[in-house]
Amino acid sequence: MEYAIEAEGLVKRFGDTLALDGVDLTVRRGSVLGMLGPNGAGKTTTVRILATLLAADAGTARVAGHDVASAPAEVRRMVGLTGQYASVDEALTGRQNLVMIGQLLDLGGRAAKARAAELLAWFDLGDAADRTAKTYSGGMRRRLDLAASLVGRPSVVFLDEPTTGLDPGKREDMWAIVRALVSDGATVLLTTQYLDEADALADDIVVIDHGRVIAHDTPDGLKRVVGSQTLTVRPADPEQLPAVAEILRAVTGSTAARDPRGLIVPVAGDQALTETVGRLATAGIAVTELSLNLPSLDEVFFALTGRGADDSDHQNLQEAA
Amino acid sequence: MTSDAMSAAGGALALPAQVSTHPPRLRALRHTLVLAKRGLIKTIHTPEALIDVTLQPIIFLAMFTYIFGGAIAHGSQQSYLEFLLPGVLGQTIAMGGIAIGVNLNTDIATGIFDRFRSLPIARSAPLVGAVLADIVRYVVLCAVTLGFGYALGFRAHTGVLDVLAACALATGFALCLCWASVFVGMIARTSGSVQGIMTLIVLPLSFGSNTFVRTTTMPGWLQSFVKVNPLTHLVDAVRGLLLGGPVASDVLWTLMWMGILLLVFVPLALRAYRRRV
Repeated sequence: MEYAIEAEGLVKRFGDTLALDGVDLTVRRGSVLGMLGPNGAGKTTTVRILATLLAADAGTARVAGHDVASAPAEVRRMVGLTGQYASVDEALTGRQNLVMIGQLLDLGGRAAKARAAELLAWFDLGDAADRTAKTYSGGMRRRLDLAASLVGRPSVVFLDEPTTGLDPGKREDMWAIVRALVSDGATVLLTTQYLDEADALADDIVVIDHGRVIAHDTPDGLKRVVGSQTLTVRPADPEQLPAVAEILRAVTGSTAARDPRGLIVPVAGDQALTETVGRLATAGIAVTELSLNLPSLDEVFFALTGRGADDSDHQNLQEAA
Repeated sequence: MTSDAMSAAGGALALPAQVSTHPPRLRALRHTLVLAKRGLIKTIHTPEALIDVTLQPIIFLAMFTYIFGGAIAHGSQQSYLEFLLPGVLGQTIAMGGIAIGVNLNTDIATGIFDRFRSLPIARSAPLVGAVLADIVRYVVLCAVTLGFGYALGFRAHTGVLDVLAACALATGFALCLCWASVFVGMIARTSGSVQGIMTLIVLPLSFGSNTFVRTTTMPGWLQSFVKVNPLTHLVDAVRGLLLGGPVASDVLWTLMWMGILLLVFVPLALRAYRRRV
């Protein structure tokens, strides 16, 4: 089996803070690894080390077959980085940004312009191509960011929280882009705070906490550990709550819990949703919400560590103090 | 995002990364020029960033000539203008250097430098490129200062070549001095503190020289500082080139200071940039 990313025992210290405490990772070529964890867990530090922006204090890492410490130039030729910290130049237009990066990657003037035009069209930025990036909306900037990291046709792409702060609709767009990257043969490492995002995109998920990998599994394996999906139903008329509860019991065999949002019941698979929809329709019950949800990051952390993600933040602060 | 657009991109990423066959040194030069062009585009898109090299020399020339000129030169504002103009050129060059440190610090904060660092280019390219782009600012500064000076009545006593030599020397000196600002830009935590630190350095440097008054009017201890101040030599060299008189010694001193500034601050700035997290 061939790995596009292999990291072993990565340690990074900032002053008194231990940001990474021995991180091990492997990502198969052509697959997506989702790195899940709360703020401050060490996700961005890991990405920065793998993308050669930061030197590890201990441990080794190979990206696209090259050692990040001894052959950073080769690694840089193969990777693209998009995220909270890698950005575009606001004073330049979208097109100027992409042409500049093409030229820095040794494309000739004409080739750099052609590549920029191709990416602008693909990322739906054709109309805004000649406006300065500071006039772009949040979603457009993310797309330009991502386009900038793809100019050199990287074989390994790092996406550091690519959807944080985006509207739900824009998140779906970004997910579609990640899937297109993978179908083109790229290997993707994606950090996120959302289990549903990792579940939607990743072949494997690592959960990281306090600079350590606390779980490395497939999405299904992780869901077996942290619990299944839940179905939330909120009838338009609160009078009908008992009737809905009865339907949910019939479908899932378990008793629904009351919640400010309505009734919540754990379900085994997607077919429970279809069946519930059918029975609600037959009974003529109108609903304002009907959704199938994965556990939140908080619930994942609770299942893995016995405490929530917020608690771990709290603990970080206490340790830092 | 349409599905058509998606499929049109099929294979766009699968091609191998570009491998350059150019010699490394040529590549580094080209990358530096690409990044210098970035600086020029930024200047064109934000012309208000040129205020420090356009309005500032105008205000200093007008202010010192008409407010202090009468007192300093005993009523002859015109003769003070002759003395003052090379000084204002030196002073605004020192002040104009602050901007590059502020801008580079902002570049780091916004993340654009992380993008550069993730690319296979020389580490020095973004910094050297930014300095080269500043040539335009200093050429504008020389043109505005001389142009406005002419409007006020300043006349060079020498030929066109001497005037051009004065501008070239001033611009060259500016490009060396601004590496101190680049260095501060790399080590300071915020762009605001770059501004603060550089102002603290530039004010004594520009006033503690022969910019506005003759060195002989100052106390002895201050004279010894003024005499080693690199700006003093630049201003004297520019005075000589614009008004006539011996210039060889001051030009040599200026060139020597340019070498020292480069030798000290270029390695410091590059090292700080490499270490910056």
